[in-house]
Amino acid sequence: MKLLVSPNPHIHSKWSTRSLMTDVVIALLPAAICSVVFYGWREALVLAVSVLSCVGFEWLITRGLMKQKSTICDMSAVVTGLLLGMNLPFTTPWWMVMTGALVAIGIAKMTFGGLGQNVFNPALVGRVFLLVSFPAVMTTWVGPVHFADAYTGSTPLSSVNEAILNGTPVTEITSQYSYGSMLLANLGGSAGEICALALLLGFVYLCVRKVIKPWITLSIFATVALTSLIFWGVDSARFTDPAFNLLSGGLILGACFMATDYVTSPMSTKGGIIFGIGIGFLTMMIRYFGSYPEGVSFAILIMNAFVPLLNRWFKQKKFGRA
Amino acid sequence: MNTIWTTIAIISLIGLVLALVLYLVAEKFKVVEDPRIDDVEKVMPGANCGGCGFAGCRAFAEAAVKAPNLDNNFCPVGGNETMAKVAAILGYEVKEKAPMVAVVRCNGSCANRPTVNTYGGFASCRVKATLYSGDTGCAFGCLGCGDCVAACQFGALSMDPETGLPVVDETKCTACGACTKACPKGLIELRAKGPRGMRVWVDCRNKDKGPAAKKACAAACIGCGICAKTCRHEAITVADNIAYIDYNKCKLCRECIAMCPTGAIHESGFPKPLDKEATKARILERQKKEREAAAAAAKTTEEKKDA
Amino acid sequence: MRKPTFSIGGVHPHDSKISRECRVEPMPLPDSAYIAVAQHIGAPAKPLVAVGDKVKVGQPIAEPGGFVSAFIHASVSGTVKSIAPRADLAGNPVMTIEIAREGDEWMEGIDLSDTLVTEIPDDNKAILDKIRLGGIVGLGGATFPTHVKLSPPPGSKCERLIINGCECEPYLTSDFRCLLEKGEQVVIGAAILKQVLGGVPCTVAIEENKPEAIAHIGEVIARLRKQSPKYDGIEVMVMKMRYPQGGEKQLIDAVMHRQVGSGALPISVGAVVQNVGTALAVYDAVLKNKPLVDNTLTVTGECFPHQANLLVRVGTPLRTILEHLGGIPDEAVKVISGGPMMGKAVANLDAATLKGTSALLLLTEKQTARGEEGPCIRCGKCAEACPMGLEPFLLQKLSRIGDVEALEANAAQDCIECGCCLYSCPANIPLLDIIRLGKADAMKAIRERAAAAKAAAEAAK
Repeated sequence: MKLLVSPNPHIHSKWSTRSLMTDVVIALLPAAICSVVFYGWREALVLAVSVLSCVGFEWLITRGLMKQKSTICDMSAVVTGLLLGMNLPFTTPWWMVMTGALVAIGIAKMTFGGLGQNVFNPALVGRVFLLVSFPAVMTTWVGPVHFADAYTGSTPLSSVNEAILNGTPVTEITSQYSYGSMLLANLGGSAGEICALALLLGFVYLCVRKVIKPWITLSIFATVALTSLIFWGVDSARFTDPAFNLLSGGLILGACFMATDYVTSPMSTKGGIIFGIGIGFLTMMIRYFGSYPEGVSFAILIMNAFVPLLNRWFKQKKFGRA
Repeated sequence: MNTIWTTIAIISLIGLVLALVLYLVAEKFKVVEDPRIDDVEKVMPGANCGGCGFAGCRAFAEAAVKAPNLDNNFCPVGGNETMAKVAAILGYEVKEKAPMVAVVRCNGSCANRPTVNTYGGFASCRVKATLYSGDTGCAFGCLGCGDCVAACQFGALSMDPETGLPVVDETKCTACGACTKACPKGLIELRAKGPRGMRVWVDCRNKDKGPAAKKACAAACIGCGICAKTCRHEAITVADNIAYIDYNKCKLCRECIAMCPTGAIHESGFPKPLDKEATKARILERQKKEREAAAAAAKTTEEKKDA
Repeated sequence: MRKPTFSIGGVHPHDSKISRECRVEPMPLPDSAYIAVAQHIGAPAKPLVAVGDKVKVGQPIAEPGGFVSAFIHASVSGTVKSIAPRADLAGNPVMTIEIAREGDEWMEGIDLSDTLVTEIPDDNKAILDKIRLGGIVGLGGATFPTHVKLSPPPGSKCERLIINGCECEPYLTSDFRCLLEKGEQVVIGAAILKQVLGGVPCTVAIEENKPEAIAHIGEVIARLRKQSPKYDGIEVMVMKMRYPQGGEKQLIDAVMHRQVGSGALPISVGAVVQNVGTALAVYDAVLKNKPLVDNTLTVTGECFPHQANLLVRVGTPLRTILEHLGGIPDEAVKVISGGPMMGKAVANLDAATLKGTSALLLLTEKQTARGEEGPCIRCGKCAEACPMGLEPFLLQKLSRIGDVEALEANAAQDCIECGCCLYSCPANIPLLDIIRLGKADAMKAIRERAAAAKAAAEAAK
């Protein structure tokens, strides 16, 4: 018998890149299923095209261009695909989804060196690319098909944005939405944002499985709540209230699943909290003062750029060193 | 039209002002440097390998300009050619140095040296050497993870997949010595390249006693000393159960190779292969004659004494 | 109430104490004992015997080779057969004294009876001498000579003695069995140590997964306290289960909420930590005159059918121990001396046990094989797990490029090599393997600088 000799430790935790990524996929499933239930087969098609093309592009790039071992087994492309799909309206045509996937995997991920090397969240880069390239499609939100009064043209946030730009009181719009219905079915917007409750369920799953720590997400929520509380307190006719801001748009999806992406978020808890505060504040600034109705994607991407700096500035306290 | 002129005027003005600022700053912070440093640096190979003992070619140039002579500054990569140029620039004399080459002193190939355990850690010789003696019975031999290959900046080293040992590409090796430092077992030695690349060396560093060394590796030097006795040029010494050939004394007769019982002595660069059997027979014949002559001489002295 | 534990990092491997019910049994004596002269931290001991000498069990066969060094005693009686380098468990040659066993004859004056001695002599100097002559070293893993640890350097003062009964490494149960079966002796040993250190308070730290030991030691302390005031001030502290709680710095942090600085000794924060096994050995040496010739060893592993806790003479070949218990099963691919987190993989089964050998663990391919290395996903799990608050992902990068200055600035020299980083890395990056090299480089740089500073200071004189 030949003994196996290697340095300590001789055992390993249950974690692997693949298991962590699979956990994220599992956590996203409730929200994805909700979106399919609400929006129907076209949403299923968007998700499927997005996931398949992300995985396909990664395979093509690693095998065809880089002549390396394929990395699709680590499941990270599936996560990117699912997140990208959930960030698009269900009316997005299939070729547009594929373009987004190509940008996400090809430009945002693989050009930087693949998994772990990218500075910006790939799914968000894909989404923002589509948003600025095809604004008409990307901002024409169609309400869920199962609702009798399916409507076209606006989400709560875009109506509010218009109101703010036009100077009309926002209360007229916010009063149309009850918080309860927003929690269960966030009318309009990207497909994956439809059910806040399902997203939060996935977030709790990730925290319980210790895949992520909750600090980034919680600090985003807290900052959004606090910032909007201050503005709303000053002028409740002009600015929307905290609960509306927390529940509307892509905030929950972004805070739970995009801002917490390992690669593009700070390592330390302290850095994570600062990162979250930055995202929350920027989101609110864009929502209140920007020309785009929604700012979560931009806020996260901007803060992504600060991650190396945050990693350098906010380190964990070392043992026995003042 | 007017706008265009105004624009051109403003931009030109800005450019002028900035150029002036740059000029003044450059003048103020001018560092006076020996211009020869630049000249020397230009003739250096530019590999910045550190083989000379300095941080890079620039550091070497600075040191060479400061030094009173070039005895302690030698660029192994550029060799005599570069050093001649450096000497010409600085007006020094330079001694010719014999060109060197890296030689791997282990012949523990997969066939010669069976593994006795499996290494499961990070594939690095240094990590492996820190952990234990290695996955073969020999605690002195090549660990096979290729730290030397990684250390070589000139692509002169590669692992032979068949033997599991590193191979030196003589044409690329610059004798910078990076591999000798990278090998945790100290197996790589810089040896004189030899006339037309001909050289002989002991391909083993196992300090174990004969039987133990032989048990671990079929091609081990067992320190028997036959080579040292055979050598007529006093080039071979045996210490710590290991023979060593002094390349300055070796006359490349290859008799030691013929006599080595384990085949631990290796040659390279010789145009004709060595006929081991014939050489061995010739040596044994010579040694026999020497013995007889010695015995006869002893006899005659004894007879003289008796008389 | 929340149970105390250390403040930074740590991991929770399954404790797998499958041999916890096995009573400590004496291992049959080996035919030959191979006793290395370097089995403690510090200078190797110098042999006192020559080939052919007859020795008895407990006879000193090597004396300390320096201030930080220890006596070594014959663990079997017989004839010294050779004094020569012999491969240790890593295959590296170590000077070893081989004794061919004849019978089992002990030195005179060693009390081998089971009678419990509870009377602690008052003369601390005599006690320290007995500990030194008994060759006692720290049995928690580091094997630091105990008498050196018990003599704080001038200017430092011990404020608390911690008896380390955490046994935070999975699988190991030898300390647990000692606490359970020889609790009295351990507590008396602790009382001796405490007295030598100037009667400081003493904490016996035991992790929560050993409730029987916690209850038993509590009882023993209460009982002994009635006999003599010398047992006052000894308390059991129940620790939260977490690896590496048994690490000296971590344990002091957990018990006393004080952090030992980089490169400093525990005494700098007023703490002395001794292992349960050491306390037991101190009892034997001081009250029974028995030097350190045997220790308790756990032999375990899921694939191993004959779990055991054995009392083994120092210098017993590992192969002999495994064969005594039925040999190595086919599924086992790795034999580890020590626990799965910090133990050393055995390359040479003919190597013999040392004073500090605490376990032999057999693992199967499935349990121990490392996964394929993937790219770092910057999850930060290594930094989260590091009990020293370091950033393993960064240190491994710096080690790979050999940036010694940056390694030192990022405290690579503080690494305790506990293995938490590699244990938790989802990408299977060999963090510790590589960081260990960087640590060595950083420590070398620090040592060289210190030596240069010293030389400069002397030159200035």
